[in-house]
Amino acid sequence: MLVIENLHARIGDEDILKGLSLTVKPGEVHAIMGPNGSGKSTLGHVLSGRPGYEVTAGTITYNGEDVLALETEERARQGIFLAFQYPVEIPGVSNMEFLKASVDILREHRGEEALDAVTFMKRAREACTLANLDHSFLKRGVNEGFSGGEKKRNELLQMMLLEPSLAILDETDSGLDIDALQVVAEGVNNMRNDTRSFVLVTHYQRLLNFIKPDYVHVLADGRIVRSGDASLALHLEEHGYAWLDDEVA
Amino acid sequence: MPNNLMQQPLAAASAAAPNWLAAAHAEARERWQAASLPTRKTEQWKYTDVSAIDREFVPGRAVSVDAAALDARVPDCGGARLVFVNGHYDPALSSSDPAAGLHVARFADADESQATLIQAHLGSVVGMDRHLFATLNSAALSDGVFLQVDAGATVHAPVQVIWLTTAQTEAFAVNQRLLVLAGDNSAASVVETFVSFEGEAASFTNGVSEFVLQRGATLNHYRLQLETGSALHIGGVHAHLDRDATFNSFHLGMGSDLKRIDIVIEHAGEGAHAEVNGLYLPRGREHIDYHTCMEHAVPRCTSSETFRGVIADAASAVFNGRIHIHPQAQKTSAILHNRNLLTSAEAQINTKPELEIYADDVQCAHGATVAQLDELSVHYLRSRGISRDEAQVLLSFGFVNELVNAVRSEALREFLRHLLAARFSRDGAALTQEADA
Repeated sequence: MLVIENLHARIGDEDILKGLSLTVKPGEVHAIMGPNGSGKSTLGHVLSGRPGYEVTAGTITYNGEDVLALETEERARQGIFLAFQYPVEIPGVSNMEFLKASVDILREHRGEEALDAVTFMKRAREACTLANLDHSFLKRGVNEGFSGGEKKRNELLQMMLLEPSLAILDETDSGLDIDALQVVAEGVNNMRNDTRSFVLVTHYQRLLNFIKPDYVHVLADGRIVRSGDASLALHLEEHGYAWLDDEVA
Repeated sequence: MPNNLMQQPLAAASAAAPNWLAAAHAEARERWQAASLPTRKTEQWKYTDVSAIDREFVPGRAVSVDAAALDARVPDCGGARLVFVNGHYDPALSSSDPAAGLHVARFADADESQATLIQAHLGSVVGMDRHLFATLNSAALSDGVFLQVDAGATVHAPVQVIWLTTAQTEAFAVNQRLLVLAGDNSAASVVETFVSFEGEAASFTNGVSEFVLQRGATLNHYRLQLETGSALHIGGVHAHLDRDATFNSFHLGMGSDLKRIDIVIEHAGEGAHAEVNGLYLPRGREHIDYHTCMEHAVPRCTSSETFRGVIADAASAVFNGRIHIHPQAQKTSAILHNRNLLTSAEAQINTKPELEIYADDVQCAHGATVAQLDELSVHYLRSRGISRDEAQVLLSFGFVNELVNAVRSEALREFLRHLLAARFSRDGAALTQEADA
């Protein structure tokens, strides 16, 4: 279970998150929506421990562990996965090599047996097919020369292979055409179960037509200003974010 | 002030060398005795300190070596293999592979016709006035390897020449020389590997390889400088390319206190092509210096050169890439790229592209970059559970992978992959040290 309480975070001198609180229980899907600049991506960055983001107040615990005290890789080993909004290109390191290194370490951490090369390849190819990526993408450099949509699907591929217990998708839907959006949604829906949680950070309601969230939160000026069920997303779709100005003020 | 360095090795060379080398000795010795070691004020040596050479060295001595220990350190590409231990040919470690059109001889036991050919070509590529250490090499010659590829012959298996230095009680010098004569329209491959088993005493290898590529010849050349510890190396690769000849040369430098390699390629016939790729990977307090020079003396030749360096810890490296296009060398195409990755705040690189272009109808591209590990890339890998150290290994490996993938020999590619995987990982470093111990 993820518990965020009164989280304050900044980049440099700029305060971005100003008292964000959120609780995500096992098996739940939460959507976080909000206008540009409200702090949506910062939440993902802080959860992943990205350099440059400073937490000035508040706490984050995951299954009782103090997340902020953990290194980035330790958070991943605890089962937290962030699908990057802008995945990083790493020329020279093959996708396969990267995935194998990552899967090996996470399995080891979970006390599971290492996958032999053949089994791993088989799983990686299956995940590729599900992510609608040609198998040749496994041999290419990590995200190297991938289109925007291919990068997003490569994030999905990683999520499927790493099997996190908590996945945060940072605007994974942005820039995707409807077919790619459905591929991502199907990937998430296939992985939903009683113990795995998702936080979908999105600007648009569109993704939520395909993944039905249990809760929808509206983020504005660094705080969650409204929470509700899936119908809140429809309200936002109809009325936009302008009405929030009154609530924040 | 006369130069008294290397007197003992020079005397030993005189005693051991075949008579027909005496003339070469005389001139080279005269020049060596008159010269002094370069200092940091010598432009070509500005960033490389050779004061470690300024000491007494005894001649290298033949030592028996465990074959398995050697095999674990060198590539196995099939083909003929010549092994020298501390400068002395070791028949037990060597093997011959008679291939049609290929003739392998040592200077020390060359027959009369081979001796004539050697004399005709030795020193023809690297002149006495070119390079002080090449001059020293000629002065200290007693043995060397002569490879001759017949005109029109295609030799598939690479010839491997291995120079091993291993424990002696006093600091010792080794003189290495290779002469390759590739006949018209021939094709062959040569792998030069330099390795050391660590001992207490320093060693100094002076290695010179000369390549004469006649019309239309193709030669794939690999030079792996894998010596460790205080095995110092100053060496040169000098190639002369006649019309339509192709010289592909791959270099790897890693692992000891001092390495300096000069690569000089002379395009002497129209249509000649050189591709030179290299990796240098110093760490600890190691220093590696590659000076390359593409001489474009005639029209319509091409050269392509890519060097990458990963410099770790408090190590330092030098890359100096010169392209010299002579006035008559119109329609030359010359490309030079150098990229460097510094993985620590103390690591140092001095890189300098040096272009001298006297012809107006040429294509010439060059670039040199220095970067540190990209923090965002490190973060991305860590966000998938990979530790910072492991991320550094993956990123460093990724940086050099492209050049390894371009290596033509599959056996060598595999060898390099394993070697570099070990080089970039901590476990690998520990294993290598154990093997040395």
